Amino acid sequence: MNQNEFVELIAPFKDKVFRLAKRLLVSTEEAEDATQEVLVKLWNKNESLNTYNSLEAFAMTITKNYCLDQLKSKRATNLKIVHNNFTDREAGLQQKMEDSDSMSWVEKIINQLPEQQRLIVQMRDIEQYEFAEIAKILEMNETAIRVALSRARKTIREFMTKTHSYGIG
Amino acid sequence: MESDKTDLLIEKYFQGETSIAEEKELRDYFSGLNVAQHLEQYRPLFGYFSQAKEQKFKQKIPLQSNKRKVAWLSIAASVVVLLSIGTYAYLNNNEAHEQNLGTFDDPEVAFKETQKALALLSNHVNTGIESVQYIEEYEHSKNLIFKQ
Repeated sequence: MNQNEFVELIAPFKDKVFRLAKRLLVSTEEAEDATQEVLVKLWNKNESLNTYNSLEAFAMTITKNYCLDQLKSKRATNLKIVHNNFTDREAGLQQKMEDSDSMSWVEKIINQLPEQQRLIVQMRDIEQYEFAEIAKILEMNETAIRVALSRARKTIREFMTKTHSYGIG
Repeated sequence: MESDKTDLLIEKYFQGETSIAEEKELRDYFSGLNVAQHLEQYRPLFGYFSQAKEQKFKQKIPLQSNKRKVAWLSIAASVVVLLSIGTYAYLNNNEAHEQNLGTFDDPEVAFKETQKALALLSNHVNTGIESVQYIEEYEHSKNLIFKQ
């Protein structure tokens, strides 16, 4: 397989890989690095790529594993600030600007969910994967995914109604 | 879409029981203008889902492994070429040495040959000395002109 064929092969899902990485890693730069890493991994498997019946699902699984590893190693090396009550009570200017935009509110709420729920929301609500596909990518059963998804959506709703009524009152 | 049906769909949605088609219906409903007042709060949620799908990966993909193979191939080829040139030259040199080693079995002949060789050498050295005599001539005429 040459480079052009490979680029064509990954074109349908490379953006999905990037968005999934960004959902987990939050930072755009890190998500870009992760995407490159995943695509290079695929490229190195070059010869055996045709043996996978769903390359997209395979790519998503690699992405998920890679990003979770990244997060784990970051958590291991980062020092946690124990006293985090030094911050200014008044929200910063940028914060206020962001808060006025309720779409970024949604993003923030989703990014506060546990990693697994974030993955599921990303794949179901944004990429619109079928439950069977998500089950394959996450190596979970469909019922567990439905439960986690419902939990995630309800958490989002809870936060949203809170901010919504906050805005009115 | 009737409001009742949407309410039901929303409820199903939060239970995680909607199908892809039903979720698309919801997204379409919330992107439209006729959103019921009590459902308005969900508009940003579905709006965000559509918006988030627009993000694209714009970086280049660093695919080097193929090029690296080519590089290794060229390195290997150049090594082969250098080696073959080297061995060829080495073998040729060896043959030349074997032909002109100039060893003599008889010491007398060897002595004569050495004398011959030394005479040849001193002859050549003398040709060098002859030309030095010109310089003496220059010195002479210089002394004539610049009398101290």
